[in-house]
Amino acid sequence: MADALVYLYAVTDADAPEPDVEEGVDGAPVRRVGTGRLAAVVSSVDAVRFGEDALKRSLEDVQWLEATARAHHGVVDAAALAGPVAPVRMATVYLDDSRVRALLTDSAAAFTAALDRVRGRVEWGVKGFAVAPDAPRDPEPDPGSGTGPGASYLARRLAERRRAAHGHEAALEAAEAAHRALAATSLASRRYPPQDPRLSGRREEMVLNAAYLVKTEGALRQVVEEHTGRGLRLELTGPWAPYSFATLEEP
Amino acid sequence: MTPARGQDVALVDLLDRLLAGGVVIVGDVTISLADVDLVHISLRALISSVQTLEER
Repeated sequence: MADALVYLYAVTDADAPEPDVEEGVDGAPVRRVGTGRLAAVVSSVDAVRFGEDALKRSLEDVQWLEATARAHHGVVDAAALAGPVAPVRMATVYLDDSRVRALLTDSAAAFTAALDRVRGRVEWGVKGFAVAPDAPRDPEPDPGSGTGPGASYLARRLAERRRAAHGHEAALEAAEAAHRALAATSLASRRYPPQDPRLSGRREEMVLNAAYLVKTEGALRQVVEEHTGRGLRLELTGPWAPYSFATLEEP
Repeated sequence: MTPARGQDVALVDLLDRLLAGGVVIVGDVTISLADVDLVHISLRALISSVQTLEER
């Protein structure tokens, strides 16, 4: 295909089985380009739709972004079920297969090291939300205290505000403690910024957004249960392909 | 537990990983945006689309 570009999803072991996935981004078939001990998981994509200008425009289009993100994830996920993967950041595009082979050859040592770091391991996400602890019942205003209903209303409001501020601090501290405990049971950890509530659709404040690299999630699950409560709710997501831990930096 | 496989994955969790995670390689088709810009642009697109939905 002369008018095609090559979209790169992930790099994996050359001897890993073919990923079991029907199609990738833009409905394109998924195939592998190999050299030496490494294989790139790729699709041929339309040169216009995946050219620089179109990509820039498309990234602003939420429907394109979601469809492409889900398709990219579907391929990476299938590859992760078949063998170790180093997922590549979304929208990485090459001119042709030979350029992908050159990448694998030039960065062979770094990719091999990256695959070795995640081999037999999975990523789990933990999200923490501040939840309001049960508020103590408001005491009835004392009719004999000499203060009017306005003053007792203000006092109640002040107490509520103090409780909320205290709850926020407590949730942040609980989240830090939870992260330390989660990281201690993991091989590696990475924190992300809190998600925008307009995107997550969550009203509670996000106080932890992190990823952990583990062999199995049993210990993580236990920490999540132990640290849930006291104004903090933890949620586990996964297993994920090791998106947060596949890097080409030397360890 | 929230499954991370299939359509049940929350888009916002996916975008954390796809836009800020993964191996960063300069492809032949360069999106000449810093990583942060890419995230911001995507978030802006998402936010404006969410707001559009709410305004309907």
